[in-house]
Amino acid sequence: MTIHEFLSPPSETARRSGPHDRIVLSSRVRLARNLRGLAFPGWAKKPERLRALEIIRPAVESLPQLQGAFSETMDNLGPLDKQILVERHLISCEHMAKGVGSGLVLNKEESLCVMINEEDHLRMQALRPGLQLRQAWLAIDQVDSELERKLDYAFGPDLGYLTACPTNLGTGIRVSAMLHLPGLVLAEQINQIIASVNKLGLAVRGLYGEGTEALGNVFQVSNQMTLGEVETDIVERLNKVLLQIIEHEENSRAKLLETKPKFVFNQTGRAYGILANAHSITSKETMNLLSMLRLGVDLGEFPGADRALIDELFIMTQPGHLQKQFTEKLPADERDIIRADMLRERLRHVGRSNPKAPSSGGPALDKRN
Amino acid sequence: MICKENPAKVHLTQIVGDKMQKVDLCEECAKKKGVNDPSAGFALADLLLGLGASQEIAQSSGGEDIKCPNCGFTGADFKKAGRLGCSQCYQTFADSLEGLLKTMHKGTKHVGKVPIALRHSRDLSERLKHLQKKLEKAVTAEDFEQAASLRDEIKAAKDQIEHLAPKLTP
Repeated sequence: MTIHEFLSPPSETARRSGPHDRIVLSSRVRLARNLRGLAFPGWAKKPERLRALEIIRPAVESLPQLQGAFSETMDNLGPLDKQILVERHLISCEHMAKGVGSGLVLNKEESLCVMINEEDHLRMQALRPGLQLRQAWLAIDQVDSELERKLDYAFGPDLGYLTACPTNLGTGIRVSAMLHLPGLVLAEQINQIIASVNKLGLAVRGLYGEGTEALGNVFQVSNQMTLGEVETDIVERLNKVLLQIIEHEENSRAKLLETKPKFVFNQTGRAYGILANAHSITSKETMNLLSMLRLGVDLGEFPGADRALIDELFIMTQPGHLQKQFTEKLPADERDIIRADMLRERLRHVGRSNPKAPSSGGPALDKRN
Repeated sequence: MICKENPAKVHLTQIVGDKMQKVDLCEECAKKKGVNDPSAGFALADLLLGLGASQEIAQSSGGEDIKCPNCGFTGADFKKAGRLGCSQCYQTFADSLEGLLKTMHKGTKHVGKVPIALRHSRDLSERLKHLQKKLEKAVTAEDFEQAASLRDEIKAAKDQIEHLAPKLTP
């Protein structure tokens, strides 16, 4: 079975729902683990990497949680396969670059994904829609506890789980959530939020993690420190901060509607106008406009559109997913045309923006969720 | 941003004590500062672990390049890559890492999850200590019957620890 056959169609993944998914797109907890004695993947020579893969892969495949999983070595995946996995946030950009000696095991629900020989021998992650950090932690903790019976982890009594990069040392945990924050961006409060989140020792990154842009107003918030704190404390701390960010986002949306409704409707209406009528559009512009359209849908502006449609388009219009539908390699400008064709087609039944003008009594926003 | 003209593509974070400083550079500024030109001798360790990290590594090794006996990784390699060679490197470069870890993390001692096998061995060694104390007391009290049974228990605990040992030496 190829990865394309294995992955659920975007129409399905976009329908997965969870708490606060109006703002929180997904939650993730990943653990970094290594085998004792063997060189870390970045330093190991090929035979040693292969040895680690041979030890780890069967152990991972044997887990009850990963029965019927997709398991493949990275050299057996084509560039397009890998790009699609990155666009689905199932593997990291770093893992995309890996070949011989690296591997991937992914469960059917796409809620559990293990990267073998990424930066560390093992990078296992649990994913959940919406804000579900605790659930994600419990799931990955269980996987880890089962794996430690089969694998000889590199662990020191003082330093905890030993990782290739000292920034992951100790718990090896990275707890993160992807947030859609158009309100804070439009209200120009996002930098303030990022600064105060940074002050709490948490990192804010772009759509595809480390060193990437916040395309489509999507931000990733995660812990930075991994040593000297218990996993559950890290999870709870991030959870608390996320709830505050959600509140700030809702507040700035409400405030924008109250004080500058025309500004908001101009953004969402124009986004709809371009997306539903363009004949050529880049993926970057698409993401940024879809973000505005999603905001409009959240505000109940577009009859006939739901959030799942926008989220599906968000995935479908990315370069890899677009290319996947064609056998020959498309140049970027042709992709832009095909992308626009698809958007026009999919948005055909979405009615024009119909914002409720704020009445004299107060803001028109009713908090939908 | 330094030039305040082009979009920032290179983001640097510096942690001093408990304060964090961020520097966002566009490609050109980064080039000017030699950040994205590896031939200029810029250490990735600085990028990944905070500015000054590579210096700290160089200083604590006393000018001599330490080499990991397990994997052959050197301090110079760490300076270049910002990542270590194998789990044993944490012992090899313990001195250089100490300061780094302090600035990077909440604490320098792991307080989170521990593999269950290790938890067992911790429990066992505590039990062993307890038994040995009891044995001393029994011997002083000339309670030889109890001493004999304690000796058996101690032996059993030692065997168990030895059985776990090959998995647990760090």
